[in-house]
Amino acid sequence: MNFTNLIRVAMRAIMNNKMRTFLSMLGIIIGVAAVIIMMAIGQGSKMSIRGELSKMGTNLLTIRPGADMRGGVRQDPSAMQTLKVADYESIKQKATLARYASAEVSSGGQVIYGANNTTTTIYGEAPEYLDIKLWEVEKGDCYTEDDIRKSAKVCVVGQTIVEELFGDKGYDCVGKTIRFKSIPFRIVGVLKGKGYNSWGMDQDNVMIAPYTTVMKRIVAQTYLSSIVVSAVSEEKSDDCIEEINEILRENHKLKEGDANDFTVHSQQEMMETMSTTMDTITIILVVAAAFSLLVAGIGIMNIMLVSVTERTKEIGLRMSVGARGKDISRQFLIEAVMISLTGGVLGVLLGYLLCTAASSMGLPCSIPLWSVILSFTVCACIGLIFGFVPARKAARMDPIEAIRYE
Amino acid sequence: MSEDKRKVVIELDNVKRDFKVGDEVVHALRGISFKIYEGEFVTIMGTSGSGKSTLLNQLGCLDTPTSGEYYLDGTPVRKMKRSERAILRNRKIGFVFQNYNLLAKTTSVENVELPLMYNNKYNARQRREAAVKALQAVGLGDRLEHKSNQMSGGQMQRVAIARALVNDPAVILADEATGNLDTRTSYEMLLLFQKLHHEGRTIIFVTHNPEIALYSSRNIMLRDGKIREDVVNENIVDVREVIAKLPVQNDED
Repeated sequence: MNFTNLIRVAMRAIMNNKMRTFLSMLGIIIGVAAVIIMMAIGQGSKMSIRGELSKMGTNLLTIRPGADMRGGVRQDPSAMQTLKVADYESIKQKATLARYASAEVSSGGQVIYGANNTTTTIYGEAPEYLDIKLWEVEKGDCYTEDDIRKSAKVCVVGQTIVEELFGDKGYDCVGKTIRFKSIPFRIVGVLKGKGYNSWGMDQDNVMIAPYTTVMKRIVAQTYLSSIVVSAVSEEKSDDCIEEINEILRENHKLKEGDANDFTVHSQQEMMETMSTTMDTITIILVVAAAFSLLVAGIGIMNIMLVSVTERTKEIGLRMSVGARGKDISRQFLIEAVMISLTGGVLGVLLGYLLCTAASSMGLPCSIPLWSVILSFTVCACIGLIFGFVPARKAARMDPIEAIRYE
Repeated sequence: MSEDKRKVVIELDNVKRDFKVGDEVVHALRGISFKIYEGEFVTIMGTSGSGKSTLLNQLGCLDTPTSGEYYLDGTPVRKMKRSERAILRNRKIGFVFQNYNLLAKTTSVENVELPLMYNNKYNARQRREAAVKALQAVGLGDRLEHKSNQMSGGQMQRVAIARALVNDPAVILADEATGNLDTRTSYEMLLLFQKLHHEGRTIIFVTHNPEIALYSSRNIMLRDGKIREDVVNENIVDVREVIAKLPVQNDED
């Protein structure tokens, strides 16, 4: 029997038992929809986290003092003081693959204006910091290199601070003087709002001031807590890390074989870590959904076995008019595959509809194409695997007994 | 002998078939030998237990002999594999069963097409043409698209006969083909078989009803797995005469 005929016969058998076929198909539909949704949510969250991360800065590299701490080994406190302003200046001068660089010191504390106060973090930075972190200045301007040299007591503030201290986000506070840890800072600019990031941190609750000022007046230290760099491009990030390694090793007079007394992390690494976590969660969810597909497959096998028994006489007839065992087994295999594939198509559609609904409710959802292809492949395999036993049972029937079966 | 000139369609040479039932061996066929020539209308008769079903399974290539040899249209069947026999059935044999065995919810044309579905030499158009021709031959040219549940027993059996004709078989094997039909319809069916016989078809009709032997050209009687009688019928009764004598059918029935 050729393929078109097999398909036709399978269609007829399915149409003759619409209700029963649909019910056994339902398992596949739900299973596939579940897999699709889980993958879509996984993919969607991954993309939204990526989006958030890249909003935090482009091709961001962060240099921190101290050796890589991944082992959790406690380090000498002096190891935390290895990054100096000189290092920052060398990077600025020598690192050709670094587009922007900023020295960074930070401190948490209370900021006061008049009778209002709020808790925030002050970041001591170079003016390039705004370019690195993709901040835009809404009102006023950023401070300048000149302010850095003079350790001027000026700052730019985020919208949350404006709201907390002046009562209204729109308040024109440029020129006003606020106090952080009793040091007065004149506001020279207000940043455009960024909102909360995906792990719930208010990105607008910041105060940015010249790093020289923060080092001298606030934290009173001669070393930097970190240096942030923006590489010229994503591809060049790794080369840029190499470059920085060389510059800093030279500055720190490290001999060959000595471990770095600083670490450079790229945003890629961070993204990869986040992605790995998301992938793990996605895999767990998808595996759970895949089990429902397994159960659905067993349902199909069950219904096919019933169908084979019910159609014993038909099988006997087909055999007596010349169907070979393999013609019969193909017929039932194709029927099983068609049930599961149709279930797969409907499942993908259902999954798509639910994802659209979820996206419109604000859940990040994105159906990756490969998950659709995977679903179809899995469905075809389910049909083949769970159709095999019923098909073999049908093919092995004795035509003499089958045709007389009542 | 004039018989030697006729073509042998079926030849059984000392065919035996044993079945194991528990520890016992049942000898269903105890050495059957006969030849059936092209164009014969043979009835095979016997009571239940005489081995006629076993013989029918042998003739239909559904089973193989324990010993002896069966030649169907010159092909030895005993050592054939299952799938080879399936193909042989498909090309050489037309079955007519007692309970029609039509596919449910399927039109007559599609039912008749069934054997050709398993023959890749036919495409969809040729298949339909052959099916329509076979249905016309059994007088159902006007019921091509009727489904099996929309037809009477006689019509269903005609569809079954058309299905047996569609592959132009070497032999038509009928198993109690009138067993489920009322008297008049039975005769109409026998009339159809006689017509096919006149057209030169080879027909083997297995039955326990002795009357049918009157209308065939030869009768083989089985008892206890052996041939008891094998006679050529010189005076074939024309079924039309019998139908003419039947009481007029009451349409209200």
